[in-house]
Amino acid sequence: MECLLEQNVDTIFGYPGGTIINLYDELYRYKDKIHHILTSHEQGASHAADGYARATGKVGVCFATSGPGATNITTGIATAYLDSSPVVFITCNVGESLLGKDAFQEVDITGIAMPITKATFLVRDPEEIPDAMRQAFAIAQSGRPGPVLVDFLKNVTNPDVMIDYEFIPADNNRDCSAIRKLATDSAMSAPEIDTEDVEKLLDMIAEAKRPFLICGGGVVRDRADKEFREFAEKIDAPVAITLMGGGGFPGDHPLTSGMIGMHGSEASNIACDECDLLIAVGSRFSDRVALNPKTFAKQAKIVQIDIDRAEIDKNVLTDHHIIGSAGKVLSMLNAKLPQYKHTEWKEHILPLREPSKAPDLGRFTPQQILETIRNTAPKDAVVSTDVGQHQMWAIKYLHFRYPGQLLTSGGFGTMGFGMGAAIGAAVGCPDKCVLNITGDGCLRMNCNELATVQHYDLPIVTIVFNNGALGMVRQWQDLIYDKRYSETTMDRGPDFVKLAEAYGLKGYRVENVEEMQATLKEALAEGKACVIDCLLDINEMVSPMVAAGHDITDFLLREGGSVG
Amino acid sequence: MRRVFNPEKKIYTLAVIVEDIPGILSQVARLFSRKGYNIESIVSGATDRPGITRISIELLADELMIDQIAAQCRKLLGVKAVKILDEKTSIRREIAFIKVRAEERAARDEILQIVNVFKGKVIDIDLEAMTIWVFGDQDKNEALIRLLKDFGILEIAKTGTIAIERGHGTIYDDNKLQEEFNYGKNVL
Repeated sequence: MECLLEQNVDTIFGYPGGTIINLYDELYRYKDKIHHILTSHEQGASHAADGYARATGKVGVCFATSGPGATNITTGIATAYLDSSPVVFITCNVGESLLGKDAFQEVDITGIAMPITKATFLVRDPEEIPDAMRQAFAIAQSGRPGPVLVDFLKNVTNPDVMIDYEFIPADNNRDCSAIRKLATDSAMSAPEIDTEDVEKLLDMIAEAKRPFLICGGGVVRDRADKEFREFAEKIDAPVAITLMGGGGFPGDHPLTSGMIGMHGSEASNIACDECDLLIAVGSRFSDRVALNPKTFAKQAKIVQIDIDRAEIDKNVLTDHHIIGSAGKVLSMLNAKLPQYKHTEWKEHILPLREPSKAPDLGRFTPQQILETIRNTAPKDAVVSTDVGQHQMWAIKYLHFRYPGQLLTSGGFGTMGFGMGAAIGAAVGCPDKCVLNITGDGCLRMNCNELATVQHYDLPIVTIVFNNGALGMVRQWQDLIYDKRYSETTMDRGPDFVKLAEAYGLKGYRVENVEEMQATLKEALAEGKACVIDCLLDINEMVSPMVAAGHDITDFLLREGGSVG
Repeated sequence: MRRVFNPEKKIYTLAVIVEDIPGILSQVARLFSRKGYNIESIVSGATDRPGITRISIELLADELMIDQIAAQCRKLLGVKAVKILDEKTSIRREIAFIKVRAEERAARDEILQIVNVFKGKVIDIDLEAMTIWVFGDQDKNEALIRLLKDFGILEIAKTGTIAIERGHGTIYDDNKLQEEFNYGKNVL
């Protein structure tokens, strides 16, 4: 516990159990210093810790017991890993004497978590506790952030065992042996950014006639939104924002060309195809962005700015790269960058952006819901999403303005992430309005956490895009699988309004835009958690769409839904 | 400029310098299985530096594959340095123990002669079999094994290939690439 206080931890999400009971016993004594949020399921706790980390920029902490408790958080660990979110997961295992004997609730969680963490620790000796904790927190938040798992054997947590321990505050622990050991081969302070690399990019920018920028998750993780904005405005180039980059660059900025990739805007995808210089900051060119790596930005010189060298030339081969944190590299570039003007190129690309006003199609549409949210909810409201059509619509029609405003599972695509993340954000940012945008399929996966929301009185507004189907899979079945809707129709309960009421929350059902406007206003004014069930047509589709593996301008659906 | 990768497959040896911490070998080995690459051989041994182990991994790959694997390796926290070695840039050797049937005196004489040509040694012998030690590159060792097949091979134990860079350069030399990788895991 002292080790957690060292790291300024004041909030933990978790679920107790047999092997972790000693830690919880100690937590009881530290109640006034550490706030523990008990969720309904360990997976909810893992997403909440992740959401807390993403929203606040601090390290999230999640507790789980051995065996099933530990395996239940693995989806949360993988979600954090794929989106580079700094979370320390703490589990306890059976005692040393039972280890490896298939004891009750025993599982090799450090082995299981190895491929989905930056590091794992199995602590077998109480003396190792302080150093393991210091290293775990240092690793989680340094370099490219990510999850770390620390597994304590039960005997290590025995309260009768006393160790020599000195409290070293995290801000002041750079000289402690554990941290020094981590940094023996990499410099204690971040290495300098290569000035030659920076100069070379400045030259490339000077030569470019049609520059195009991609704002990726690295900008968000490094909280480098100001630097990126200055960079974009100086180059005067259209900016595509990836799913993870949401909040890294203002969604309503005149240079924004929208999302890029599978459901990218026509503006972004065409700009990508026609640009002569593409600079991606903190983006790994995932297969949802660079659908066909061979033809991606085929006319352009591609430049990657990333903190992780392993991302260079991994998915798309590049012409140049700069290694370093987004903030530092961009400040160096900004210091030497003159003001450019690319009026003609901008005028060619930016008018292709989607219309921001929802057209009246004579039915209740996702765009109308999101327009209502955009006009009614506070501009700084934190938005968490689940995964699927509603996620794509939310990214497309809401404008995010600062890092940590959008919480979404991009890399791992975890259905059920949204509710947990919203809990984390509501706990971490109590002064902000938190909206959880979800679908009927996703809400079914984690609606048990409504109990957590009610118990801790977290004012989360859950908005369900209820089309009675697993819409995104159905969309693929519609367009690519000849309308064979195999197991995607969700013609079943629960009644989400009654479900909300069962959890002691208010539930609303809305079927048109007027009801939506009135309901959202009322819900926000009440300042209490609630569920708004929005009934949508089952055939709504996300457009534009480019099929996996195809060229980025090979639209299967055009903007507005016409077949490309 | 964009790199051009040679698509031709050949045998590479990846030399990986790691901290001697629990699970590091499986962490490194896992990268190969994840990508579905087949490891030809893997050797792990101590170095002159305390707490530092060298893992040598031999695999059949093309340039892009080996580059990606090396990148993922370098990214691991416990990995201090990685070098991609091929036959042009490095010396590669392995040791083999070959237990061969040798019941007749004539057979024993002949085996001894062959082994001498290959600069091998007989390290164990009884009335039914001889155990040969041979050190060399893979081609040489395989040639010896082929010749001994006629006598009847009972068992073989090989070390797998170890490799080291030719010339004065070492795996520990500072280079920009290693520095770049340190950003991703750097501890502030």
